[in-house]
Amino acid sequence: MPLKTLVIVPAYNEEARIAGVLHGIRQYIPHADVLIVDDGSTDLTREVALRAGAKVISHPFNLGYGAALQTGYQYALMKNYEGLVQMDGDGQHDPSSIVDLLAIVQKGEADIAIGSRFLEAKEIASTPPPYRAPLTRRLGMKLFGMIASLLIHQKVTDPTSGFQAMNRRVLEWVSGDRFPCDYPDADVIIMLHRAGFQILEVPVSMFENQDKKSMHGGWRPLYYVFKMFLSIFVTLMRE
Amino acid sequence: MSAAMPIRYKILAIVISIGMLVLIIELVRRRKLREEYSWLWLLTGSVVLFLMVWFDLLRWITHQIGAAKPSSTIFLFAFLFLVFISLHFSVVISKLTNQVKELAQRNALLETELQEMKRQTAPSQAGSS
Repeated sequence: MPLKTLVIVPAYNEEARIAGVLHGIRQYIPHADVLIVDDGSTDLTREVALRAGAKVISHPFNLGYGAALQTGYQYALMKNYEGLVQMDGDGQHDPSSIVDLLAIVQKGEADIAIGSRFLEAKEIASTPPPYRAPLTRRLGMKLFGMIASLLIHQKVTDPTSGFQAMNRRVLEWVSGDRFPCDYPDADVIIMLHRAGFQILEVPVSMFENQDKKSMHGGWRPLYYVFKMFLSIFVTLMRE
Repeated sequence: MSAAMPIRYKILAIVISIGMLVLIIELVRRRKLREEYSWLWLLTGSVVLFLMVWFDLLRWITHQIGAAKPSSTIFLFAFLFLVFISLHFSVVISKLTNQVKELAQRNALLETELQEMKRQTAPSQAGSS
């Protein structure tokens, strides 16, 4: 008996890609409900998603990726879902991997399954090129992956992966005020571990987005590194 | 001797900078201060601490800017940072004010719609509000 599952997809100005994402999700897990969290898009993301038959929540203005995720979590909690999958609205996450992520949570092998693009790749005949982030991002992922691995005594290869599946216990936790809405990633993993949840990384495939404009430019990488170190540091100081 | 700074002064500045850093981090730990607003405070405290420890750098900067004493340099930096922090907060407050206004307006419109819908679905029960 599959868990009552919601797939949440935070999206900001993805009118060109959101229909494809929805289609992919329906193809692989037709039994799950889908919620698009439109984070104050200024284009037709909402209209396109509604027309494709998805449920859409729209923020009155842009609140950021973390807040959009949290709105999705709170909705799932409110509607009594038992399982939740989150994936990006830009088409980078391969929907076929949802099945693998959900299976872990359904079987109770972990409370939260995190998709990693760096674990062994899946063999598919004609895959689009695998995701290759710019150098600074890769270094950041490597660094915080190592720090997270050290702190949770478990290998973390893809700390920034937003491709995850979780059970209701984790859902309750992330819906609360402990969830850092400002760039959630490695620090969330550390916090989840400290909260006593079982975390498991699962190999997934991710695609490259050729025309995607980077959200990491200018001073942002510096702020990101600062914020991550501070967040991890205070997490260790709590309880 | 114009470039000298009494040791008491130095210790005071160091103690205050460390105290400030500890305070900011503790506020973040207690979730009373968001990380995104803490960086300028931490930067200020770190820079002052750094200059007090690496005193020669402070002396060099003092000479470069033509100040009389190293303490003047410290005061200048502290003052500039305070100006920047205030400006930063003014910008943040402006954004928050806009957001609150929009939320309040949407809220008011939603309430009106809700009342109209209630009146439509139960015309006999609805009283005037």
